[in-house]
Amino acid sequence: MDTLLLSRIQFAANISFHILFPTITIALGWVLLFFKLRFNRTGERKWMDLYMFWVKVFALSFALGVVSGITMSFQFGTNWPGFMETVGNVAGPLLAYEVLTAFFLEAVFLGIMLFGASRVPGWLHTLATFLVAFGTTMSAFWILVLNSWMHTPTGHELRDGVVHAADWWAIIFNPSMPYRLSHMLLASGLTVAFLIAGLSAYRHLRGDRTPEVTTGLRFGLILGAVLIPLQILAGDMHGLNTLEHQPQKVAAMEGNWETGGNVPLLLFALPDEAARTNHYEIGIPSLASVILKHDPAGVVPGLNDFVAEDGTVLHPPVAPVFWSFRIMVGVGMLMLAASWAGAYLMWRRGADRLPRPFLMGLTGMTFAGWVATLAGWYTTEIGRQPWLVQGVLTVEQAVGDIASGMVLSTLLAYIAIYIALLAAYIGVLFHLARKGGRYDAPVASPGMQPAE
Amino acid sequence: MFDPQTLPLIFAALMGVSILLYVVLDGFDLGVGLLFPFAAEAERDRMIASIGPFWDANETWLVLAIGILLVAFPVAHGDILTALYLPVAVMLIGLILRGVAFEFRAKAPLGHKRPWDAAFWAGSALTALAQGFMLGMYVMGLDWTWPKVAFSLGTAVALAVAYSFIGAAWVILKTDGALQRKAVRWAKGGIWGLVLGMGAVSVATPLVSPRIFDKWFRFPEIVALAPLPMMSALLVALLWLALRRLPTANDSFAWFPFAAATVLMVLGFFGMAYSFYPYIVPEKLTIWQAAAATESLSIILVGTLVVLPMILGYTILAYVIFRGKATKLSYD
Repeated sequence: MDTLLLSRIQFAANISFHILFPTITIALGWVLLFFKLRFNRTGERKWMDLYMFWVKVFALSFALGVVSGITMSFQFGTNWPGFMETVGNVAGPLLAYEVLTAFFLEAVFLGIMLFGASRVPGWLHTLATFLVAFGTTMSAFWILVLNSWMHTPTGHELRDGVVHAADWWAIIFNPSMPYRLSHMLLASGLTVAFLIAGLSAYRHLRGDRTPEVTTGLRFGLILGAVLIPLQILAGDMHGLNTLEHQPQKVAAMEGNWETGGNVPLLLFALPDEAARTNHYEIGIPSLASVILKHDPAGVVPGLNDFVAEDGTVLHPPVAPVFWSFRIMVGVGMLMLAASWAGAYLMWRRGADRLPRPFLMGLTGMTFAGWVATLAGWYTTEIGRQPWLVQGVLTVEQAVGDIASGMVLSTLLAYIAIYIALLAAYIGVLFHLARKGGRYDAPVASPGMQPAE
Repeated sequence: MFDPQTLPLIFAALMGVSILLYVVLDGFDLGVGLLFPFAAEAERDRMIASIGPFWDANETWLVLAIGILLVAFPVAHGDILTALYLPVAVMLIGLILRGVAFEFRAKAPLGHKRPWDAAFWAGSALTALAQGFMLGMYVMGLDWTWPKVAFSLGTAVALAVAYSFIGAAWVILKTDGALQRKAVRWAKGGIWGLVLGMGAVSVATPLVSPRIFDKWFRFPEIVALAPLPMMSALLVALLWLALRRLPTANDSFAWFPFAAATVLMVLGFFGMAYSFYPYIVPEKLTIWQAAAATESLSIILVGTLVVLPMILGYTILAYVIFRGKATKLSYD
């Protein structure tokens, strides 16, 4: 295999592994703040128990996110030197602001949040919890600004083949940023909702009936039920934004080859890029036109529009985009069904009397957010191919001149480590759940006193 | 907004400060990891407790340093990191292992604690050795020939020893009793490695680079430079005397080895910085040739001038909150 392909697989492996953990910590930080504030207000022990259990998960996820993130920051230089050489004047300041406004804030106050409860006043511990949550969100903001700019670059000018920043406002608030950011923040919220619901269901199934478990279960299900309709709305708006700025990506997502009206929404198909058609199509007539144009006769762009005169294909590979999009939407629908069914069952029977099969289903969906998030990122990132920065820089232009054997050896090492760590991470989460999160120290320890 | 001549200089200085802070701060917690095999299980818990609230922020200085290299000197970033592809990968794997082992050892089932301790040690060792190797290659001009690789293997061991030394000094500062006495013995062993390592780098550097030779031994600069080696020698002598008397009955001077090791690292760092200036890729690119566009550097500098004092402020706050001897590490 050549260096380009190996470098791409390596970056994909790194970033896929990395994003799993920020997806948890971004929202879990705010959830911890919520638990802490509830405890401050009510003084009820279950909120502190919840805090103490989930802060462990937060610490573990945070560590995995940090170390895999450091790997990524080095990969820019080791494997993709062309990226910073060409767009460094835009990407550089955005990344610098992420380090300055987010990384240090998170790292320093995490220490106080985890180990400082008995050493600092209660308000400072709550403030530290807030600053950690704020830091993770700032980090998400800067990185999504950069990623969105790579999809919909604005506010820059090219001089001698190098991008120079012209208008920082236009760069930061580039056309796809608000949609991509909200879509990702909601994805993080949903991932955490199902993580909390799933592990609480698992503990409930094992006979742990402490108030902490029931409250966790209720919290996760309600959070999921509230966020999923918002996410469907945000996803739809993001799709319309993509249609405007990257129509070839939407064409691949829909598996639509010919531009035209009354385009069906395909539920199943095997896109065949050699024959430039789909096999075994099953679809709902005109629904894609309705979703994208809000009109059954709406004209939706097709992939054949993105082939140059000389036959060069200018659209992304179809099958991976088509399928990852369907996986994302499918998991989203499953989340809708599960959280709304859960909300209904809780209303009818109470959170401590949910049927066993339902709890088993929730346990199975503990990491559903990860699946949807990864599938969504694959859709948008593969959908940008062959570009690295849409219309400015291709992936091929950015790759570094490293011997392919060297890339292969590091790739294999990373993959081995990532698989081992992922197994250890999931194993430890369920181990913590089996152990229970009982907070055994006296509730009256100095940092934990409820605010009077 | 800012002068294109001074901006690269400011960023080179900022990067220097980040690297220096990283080497001292992550140096001590990497050192604690390197010393793991010499400690008993209960002692390990206490050593971990002494770095628990800090290690994450310490590592962030590396991200800032590499970030400044990336954003302020993008061409140099590509050149240096592609030349150091393998050691960088080894370091990253080391950092991953140690960062996650730190968390897993406390949360995994009890039977898994020892393997995670081993991973913590291995990760610390890989990180320290890879960084020392990269330092050597950088001094040698990023040139993969056997004599230079051999030299870099030497600096790899030297930096690992230096980290162990400052790690031992940290344990002396943050613990008491049997563990503190043990750490004094570790430091006594490590100081010879430190002297040998710093000495070897100092002797080899001017020999391989005529430019650096000229910079060091040119009159009148040599008069201004002379205090560097003299102060280092004095500090090593004081350290040796102090380690023979530590720990004292009332724990006075427990801070001294750590402070002295820090000053030694600062001195070594200034020696290096003086030697390389004005190059960022040795003998190839100066900081002005590698610098990013002025408007991009300006906008980063504005943010840096506002935020960096805040970062330093709350970092100091964390060290104040967690001052004193390390106790059991727990979340309450």
